[in-house]
Amino acid sequence: MSRRNITTELRKHLPENCVLTHAEELRPYECDALSAYQQLPMVVVIPDTLEQVQTTLRLCAEHKVPVVARGAGTGLSGGALPLENGVLLSLAKFNRILDIDIQNRVARVQPGVTNLSISNAVAAYGLYYAPDPSSQIACSIGGNVAENAGGVHCLKYGLTTHNIQALEVLTIDGEHLSIGGQALDAPGYDLLALLTGSEGLLAIITEVTVKLLPRPEIAQVVMAAFDSVDAAGASVTEVIASGIIPAGLELLDKPAIDAVEKFIHTGYPKDAAAILLCELDGTQADVSAQIERVNQVFAAAGAIDLQVSHNEEERQRFWAGRKAAFPAMGRLSPDYYCMDGTIPRKHLARVLNQIGTLSEEYGLPICNVFHAGDGNLHPLILYDANKTGELERTEELGGKILELCVEVGGTITGEHGVGLEKINQMCVQFNTAELQQFHAIKSAFDADNLLNPGKAIPTLHRCAEFGAMHVHHGELPHPELERF
Amino acid sequence: MTLSFQQTIQDRVHAAAATGTALSIQGGNSKSFYGRSTHGDVLSVKEHQGILDYTPSELVISARAGTRLTELESVLEQEGQMLGFEPAHFGEGATLGGTLACAFSGPRRPYAGAARDYVLGVNCINGTGEWLRFGGQVMKNVAGYDVSRTLVGSQGTLAILLDIHLRVLPRPETEITLQQSCDAATAIQRCNTWAAQPLPVSASCHLDGQLFIRLSGMEQGVQSAAASIGGEPLPDAAVFWQQLREQQLAFFSGELPLWRVAVPAATGILPLEGDTLLDWGGAQRWLRSEQAADSIRAITGSAGGHATLFRGGDRSGEVFHPLQPALLSLHQRLKKTFDPAGILNPGRMYREL
Repeated sequence: MSRRNITTELRKHLPENCVLTHAEELRPYECDALSAYQQLPMVVVIPDTLEQVQTTLRLCAEHKVPVVARGAGTGLSGGALPLENGVLLSLAKFNRILDIDIQNRVARVQPGVTNLSISNAVAAYGLYYAPDPSSQIACSIGGNVAENAGGVHCLKYGLTTHNIQALEVLTIDGEHLSIGGQALDAPGYDLLALLTGSEGLLAIITEVTVKLLPRPEIAQVVMAAFDSVDAAGASVTEVIASGIIPAGLELLDKPAIDAVEKFIHTGYPKDAAAILLCELDGTQADVSAQIERVNQVFAAAGAIDLQVSHNEEERQRFWAGRKAAFPAMGRLSPDYYCMDGTIPRKHLARVLNQIGTLSEEYGLPICNVFHAGDGNLHPLILYDANKTGELERTEELGGKILELCVEVGGTITGEHGVGLEKINQMCVQFNTAELQQFHAIKSAFDADNLLNPGKAIPTLHRCAEFGAMHVHHGELPHPELERF
Repeated sequence: MTLSFQQTIQDRVHAAAATGTALSIQGGNSKSFYGRSTHGDVLSVKEHQGILDYTPSELVISARAGTRLTELESVLEQEGQMLGFEPAHFGEGATLGGTLACAFSGPRRPYAGAARDYVLGVNCINGTGEWLRFGGQVMKNVAGYDVSRTLVGSQGTLAILLDIHLRVLPRPETEITLQQSCDAATAIQRCNTWAAQPLPVSASCHLDGQLFIRLSGMEQGVQSAAASIGGEPLPDAAVFWQQLREQQLAFFSGELPLWRVAVPAATGILPLEGDTLLDWGGAQRWLRSEQAADSIRAITGSAGGHATLFRGGDRSGEVFHPLQPALLSLHQRLKKTFDPAGILNPGRMYREL
């Protein structure tokens, strides 16, 4: 349908301020946090009420206009990249916490509520919402569900899928469905699992019931420095093998430590090849016992420096470097590209070494700051988009890293989602029959393929193209193919 | 052997799909009491046994669906690990595949997560005989729809589970169970108050005027929590929790229909006829009752919950809580995408699936 026609239809049924069409109004929506991909949408709709969302979906379904849902736009895989011929549906105005049920330790919230504001709202009751993606100050819970967001603490507390209990959604036909429920283990298929991480391809989330956990009595961080990445990687395995599941277990390699130390002074040992930040939480008694054990493990693994946070201020200081790592990279390099593969922990050292080799091969520096405890790598490739061909080489290098993750039994995305960014690598991870099953699942929700089409699950045609080019040229396909 | 077993299953599915013959998927046949009564040619996966990969430091185990739960648990125990969802077996022959197909989670569930929370990936065969892999062996994986967790609890109506990757947990260093005398309403209140505090509670149940609380963790933490909660230590606690999990306590004996009532944990006492045992801090309530199904479901539903006719009663009716029409129709469309010929355990969950 032409832009004029759908815009006319939307304007006819929605208040004027809900429908944006001028280029300058559309500009803020042209990308999410993966700014390498940009596209102006045909029209942006920002509804105030559920009825308006429903109306928008019904009109789009009727006129076969694709819809891309958007929360806070902090996604890192291009999942909220608009379509030239589509409606960008912003849920930003749905930003209210509807109900906090202290007795049952759940909160019902609208999709545009930010992740951190949930924890803030329940802090007075000694409760919090566990998943803590690094963008938690800005990212919305609706987007967290769509991407199955993780964070530093998911080693112990799980991903979004483990921490939500119910969803209210609208289908592309504007039909309302209640998924999951206020009681545990809802009857029927586990659609809560299916929808979590479905990247806006199956339904539009209009309400989320999140689980709230008691805030641990205390959290302390052990910082362990190593003179080799191999030793640090091996000690990660040793900690887990010792029977302890830390709340978080993060690794920074030498380039990351250097960048952070130039940016803010954290006191990370400068001569270390890698450091681990190991957070332990629970009751005071448990945490003390765990620190003792973890210190023994690190010492036995050859740690060259060991420090324990003794108060909240010290704990925050240890974390400050980890949290500043990405902005610190931003100072070192005009652009950086953050990858998100996950591997079995036992292959950590091998994969980190191979990433180092690839970095040299492509002449592009890579820093590693990541969730070592659950094997979730975040290699940051430093590049300069203004240099001709450097983004393309960066993407190719990124693709190689993801394929390496698949090769050792891992996955192309641990928590950022496939979006548009990793859609070609989906062809490496899944075969034709599996992709067909995914497409069939989508058709059960969205027969006309109108919800976020072209993201997350590649068409077989696309995989054929990618496979052919991959084999013959070892290159990613032409960008124009990405507009399917 | 494995490849040929997979091929055998694929051949059986192809043949059944071609003729529209219903298949009744069977592991150890320990859960035939559960779900709706159905008829179909038995498709056994019992011989598809064995642990495929287990590196304790990865906290991941991969096993074939026909692997006996007892074998799996004993292998984990030797390495000081366990299944976090503490599943019921309901019989010697219980298999991993059957346990996940039914999504059975035991006493630890409200504190440590459900069966599906521990599933990382599966290999399965759908109703068109295709061998498919979803998820994987890593903790974090958001590539593609989360089909492996969706299959948990689908009772074989979508696909035949072949190989399963599970996250496992270290066994707690120590456990202690405390017993307190109180009525059911007080028990619900206490359990939910404790659950909102950073206490290492790992199970809670109320039966015959007695509240049982299990604490799990490191020695010091458990001891200090026990001191603050109070109560008499229960000797032979492991046996008690096992008997609860396996439904071997006296409460579960006899022929009265057994209902599983799930409600928000802090919900007060429901006006249901019959005896109730509170589990999961009030979130799961076992009910022995001959009250009409519609009446039980109406009361449970108005409390925001759902009721399952777990054992006994009329197995040809709806044993699971009815789904809203729009949701049921989505279930039917989903079933068709996995099993277009409708041959995998048809009618086991709902008449329409």
